[in-house]
Amino acid sequence: MTLLDAARPASRAEDATHRPAQPEAPAGRPLGTVAGLGLGTAVLWLSLLVLIPLAAVVVKSMDGGWSGFWDAITAPQAQSALRLTVLSSLFVAAVNAVVGTLIAWVLVRDDFVGRRVVETIIDVPFALPTIVAGLVLLSVYGSSSPVGINLLGTQRAVVFALLFVTLPFVVRTVQPVLLALDRDAEQAAACLGAEPRTVFRRIVLPLLLPAIASGAALAFARAMGEYGSVLLISGGLPRAQVSSMYAFQQIQNFNFQGAAATATVLLLVSLIVIVGLDVLQRKVARRG
Amino acid sequence: MAEPSAVVQRRQGTVLLRGIALAYVGVLVLIPLAVITWQTVGDGWSTFWSAISSEQALTAFRLTGEVAVVAVAINTLFGVGVALLITRYRFRGRRLLGALADLPISVSPIVVGLALVLVYGPFNGWFGSTLESAGIHVIFSLPGMILATAFVSMPLMLREIVPVLEEEGIEQEQAATVLGASALQRFWRITLPTIRPALAYGLVLSLARSIGEFGAVKVVSGNVSGNNQTQTATLLVDERVEQLEPGAYQVAFVLILVTVLAIIVVSLRRPERSRESVTR
Repeated sequence: MTLLDAARPASRAEDATHRPAQPEAPAGRPLGTVAGLGLGTAVLWLSLLVLIPLAAVVVKSMDGGWSGFWDAITAPQAQSALRLTVLSSLFVAAVNAVVGTLIAWVLVRDDFVGRRVVETIIDVPFALPTIVAGLVLLSVYGSSSPVGINLLGTQRAVVFALLFVTLPFVVRTVQPVLLALDRDAEQAAACLGAEPRTVFRRIVLPLLLPAIASGAALAFARAMGEYGSVLLISGGLPRAQVSSMYAFQQIQNFNFQGAAATATVLLLVSLIVIVGLDVLQRKVARRG
Repeated sequence: MAEPSAVVQRRQGTVLLRGIALAYVGVLVLIPLAVITWQTVGDGWSTFWSAISSEQALTAFRLTGEVAVVAVAINTLFGVGVALLITRYRFRGRRLLGALADLPISVSPIVVGLALVLVYGPFNGWFGSTLESAGIHVIFSLPGMILATAFVSMPLMLREIVPVLEEEGIEQEQAATVLGASALQRFWRITLPTIRPALAYGLVLSLARSIGEFGAVKVVSGNVSGNNQTQTATLLVDERVEQLEPGAYQVAFVLILVTVLAIIVVSLRRPERSRESVTR
């Protein structure tokens, strides 16, 4: 997803007429000297901070050629960590797609005492330092759980932590679309005798789908790379080790090639998600 | 309008949905936050105070602040500059620049740390050994931690400012130019006032994200305590939990307060209708 698409309110994406025609005819000026220097500095900084280091990860993963890369990601613990990471991230994305949409619906269409509080709380998991999120979950669902649920060191704990940190993504992508939705079609359908369930399935849901998909994809990408929030509740047990924890362990053992191989897989997955989102959004924008 | 029975049915449906949503948010977020608050308060004020005012904790807080402020300053300059470039100029690779500047948000923090170590690490980094022989330490010291923090919080400022600049269009700026304003005047009098609220949200969000960064900083800092401490507040929480030392909850609680404060500031200031959230 690019900034130009993603940052625009999702409601706009529904309405092609509001979209500046780009990139065919950008309204901007050509670069002058100052802007040119600025662009050069920005690109230099981006290269030093982001692009060269990420390239170094990919290069390092190929230290032993293809076979070295393949051996590193198919090592038993690497493989089981990757499996847990991918499966739990997929599961978390799916749960978010359903529950996130539901929460967005309740926040937009329903009104009750404390709605604004819920509205604010939704963002807490996103902004909370991940290690603090991990500690919070450990204190409630760890071995000394005050509610009697001990998830320490289980794969369910990993899923739970991932659900915690990804809570806002779908809610926040669906909410603006739902707010901007024209309710005429819904009212017409209701007048013609459609059940609320039918109205939602046939009229509202199709309009929300792109937003749900992009929110779920964001949640998936975040879950794939998550480290801090799952660290404590996993109890350091191999069966609850996700890929980022595996990579960290390899760094500590000075096995940089092994860490880089797992990191490259994670990078590839996020790249696929980003490109996929961009394609999806362009498609929606064109359909207008 | 609908028949009464349909209205009743509808109402039941609404209440059911509301119940599910509240239960989910409650179990996942509200109860855990309440429990940690309860535990911190239950341990008492003097425990709280001694846990957050030890030499180690104070240094960790100061270090967190320093790293966050420098990283946010860099990201603000970069964010405003790049936002202006991609919304106000046309050049080859404009879209690509926007996409690349947004990339860091979907990179795992451990991958960020690893990437920086591989390039700036003192022993085998691409540039690291050269920098090291010039006496510049990046990894296991402050510059590396600033780089890691700047990396992960890079897109937040951009994501706030770009939509505002796009929305606003360039008519006012063009008018100013026609009336003889210099580029600098145009920026101070037209552009800056336009983006000021977005800039403020971006600052708060980047600051919260920077203060909370953990994984990337853990990899590049080496988590040294004592002399030449590179242990930030989040790393201190981790250490205290893993070493079963007391005082983790108290430090975590301070971080929760900072985060919640940041969210409240942003959500109160943002107009409700156009509100798009912290996350987006």
